[in-house]
Amino acid sequence: MRDQGKAAAVASDLPIPVAHQFDDARQQHEAAAMGMWIFLATEILFFGGLFTGYAVYRAVEPQGFHEASRHLDLLLGTLNTGLLLTSSLTMALAVHSAENGLRRPTIGWLLTTSMLGLGFLAIKGYEYAHKVHEHLWPGPHFVAPPDASRGFEQFFVLYVSMTGLHAIHMAAGLLVMWVMVIILWRSRHVARHSNFVEMFGLYWHFVDIVWIFLFPLLYLIDRS
Amino acid sequence: MSVVSPAPPLRLKESYLSVSFTIRSWLLSTDHKRIGILYLLSITALFLFGGAAAVAMRVELMTPQADVVRAEVYNRMFTVHGVIMVWFFLIPSIPAVLGNFLIPLMIGARDLAFPKLNLASWYVFMAGAAFTLWAIVRGGVDTGWTFYTPYSSTYSNSYVMLTATGIFITGFSSIFTGLNFIVTIHTMRAPGLQWFRLPLFVWSLYATSLILVLATPVLAISLGLIALERLFGFGIYDPNKGGDPLLFQHLFWFYSHPAVYIMILPGMGVVSETIACFSRKAVFGYKVVAMSSLAIAVLGFLVWGHHMFVSGQSTYAGLVFSLLSFLVAIPSAIKTFNWTATLYKGQITFATPMLYALGFIGLFTIGGLTGLVLASLAVDVHVHDTYFVVAHFHYIMVGGMVMAYLGGIHFWWPKMTGRMYPEGWARFSAILVFVGFNLTFFPQFLLGYLGMPRRYHTYPAEFQVLNVMSTAGASILGVGYLFPLTYLLWSLRYGPRAESNPWNATGLEWQTPSPPPTYNFKETPVVTEGPYHYETGE
Repeated sequence: MRDQGKAAAVASDLPIPVAHQFDDARQQHEAAAMGMWIFLATEILFFGGLFTGYAVYRAVEPQGFHEASRHLDLLLGTLNTGLLLTSSLTMALAVHSAENGLRRPTIGWLLTTSMLGLGFLAIKGYEYAHKVHEHLWPGPHFVAPPDASRGFEQFFVLYVSMTGLHAIHMAAGLLVMWVMVIILWRSRHVARHSNFVEMFGLYWHFVDIVWIFLFPLLYLIDRS
Repeated sequence: MSVVSPAPPLRLKESYLSVSFTIRSWLLSTDHKRIGILYLLSITALFLFGGAAAVAMRVELMTPQADVVRAEVYNRMFTVHGVIMVWFFLIPSIPAVLGNFLIPLMIGARDLAFPKLNLASWYVFMAGAAFTLWAIVRGGVDTGWTFYTPYSSTYSNSYVMLTATGIFITGFSSIFTGLNFIVTIHTMRAPGLQWFRLPLFVWSLYATSLILVLATPVLAISLGLIALERLFGFGIYDPNKGGDPLLFQHLFWFYSHPAVYIMILPGMGVVSETIACFSRKAVFGYKVVAMSSLAIAVLGFLVWGHHMFVSGQSTYAGLVFSLLSFLVAIPSAIKTFNWTATLYKGQITFATPMLYALGFIGLFTIGGLTGLVLASLAVDVHVHDTYFVVAHFHYIMVGGMVMAYLGGIHFWWPKMTGRMYPEGWARFSAILVFVGFNLTFFPQFLLGYLGMPRRYHTYPAEFQVLNVMSTAGASILGVGYLFPLTYLLWSLRYGPRAESNPWNATGLEWQTPSPPPTYNFKETPVVTEGPYHYETGE
């Protein structure tokens, strides 16, 4: 299981620092990747509770969900989907650059990714503000249209909870991304941090995939 | 025992306890052994706190009428007892203390895969505990540990949010610990340590970690939705807004039923180790016992609906959940029968850990079989929410897990501290715990069957005899817990020094000095055979 003393096969002249509990860089990388995938599995179950709630309430009140879905802005939702998918591309390019030890491109692609992420959050914030203004934000000030079916408010409860939890994950990702940019900015050897960039990339793609499920479930109900 | 060469005498400086004595060196340590000790100290304090609430309840229940506390206070006491014991004692008990300490030693590694994450898990745990204790000091919470909606989301006027926040935060420490264990067991085994050479303790903690990692996030989201409802009026569980309070029960039990297995699987691991050691035999059917841990973990995710037989769930769903609950009995019975078969023709010595292990087998069997009674649809309607349920799960969690925890602490105490405890006192208190436990909880089966509901501070006069018996048992049990606390502390200073392998046990953790050095092994051990080669040696 352990081949001790073998240098890691990473495109860098300098050996990657190996923490004391590991035998070599390969074992360290294997552990980090596995840890990240398990963390993402916990995230799936975290969102899973909300998806369960969505499945139950939509099955019980399809008409209310259909009506409420029409109050979402399809154009902005589509635009956001585009931004996020593009940010996954730039994230993948950042990981690729880091693995090849290219410092400036790594930083550049990370900053591009974070700009796209910021754009997504700005549009999301605009949509939220609009919902508050229209009294479609769930809570004490919610006012459903007089002819609304049952389940109308529940749709907005789920819309805000699900996209809100997603947005929190985006915001946390942006913070980590900026810390990473600072670290890379100060460091000379990007390859030493390529593990970090790669694991963060997995997280970013995960957040993206959550949105790929949210978008049709919330914006595209019965649109054909 | 040809394999075990006596470890060379250790210079005192090398042991993990004596590398440094400053408080800072403990609070910032990333050594899995020191973090295990930090957890040991914290959960012992929390256990005493949760135990005090239980004592107060038993005192109140001595007489049929209310004489010590009002109903509101009583509600807060059983909630505090449940919250503290479940999330701040039982769930971290064996995993965070013994698992942290032993997994790297048992697999021949220098530490867990993520030592900093391990330390972070302790801080997160303490932060969650602080929130919860703060809520209790301010006046407590009265929803019961289950936080059922709409009581918790709409009506309760107690500190629900503060307590739920504490539990939410503590959940991260569970996830960190589980994640760390899974990755460590996968990637850091010593050369030659194949999966089917792992000790059963490691197998059971692997299964536990799967549950910790996959169930805890669901608890987090169900508590998060309560927060949205209480703080912002979101109404996901509120029928007035198209929500359904039953969704909470589904989400909550999707976590909390698997959590029951978090609270028993590690105990089964400890029992497997001690039974093998003190009957000098390999565990009968090793592979089946290992796989039954995984089977319990998987099946445990499919049975949550048996908590909702009287919640208006469809009868067909109830039927399926009932059947699935019966299926969990199969891997549990496999373990029980295989431990018994291990004893057969073994050279049994009744050392303290063995007394706890034998107690575990008996009490777990009672707890498990009464679980089948509760899993039967029709019978459950009669005993639901009575003391029968209380007795059932205390037989699993106290008769099972706490017995195993104490057994494990005694078994590995020489390894953890380098000292031997006084065997006579230890055996005496093991018996005291067993007697006190049965006297406390067996009468509760009868009370529940006769119809006494749980969570009331008063009861009809005809239940008094059984309640007095239960309170008497609880006081014996309390003394039984205080004894080990005293003599184990005593042994730290006055106990004789332990050899590296005082029980003549197999397992890599016994091949390094007691207490182990920070780096665990001078040379990474190479494993050539299974974990319980007892018959070959001597």
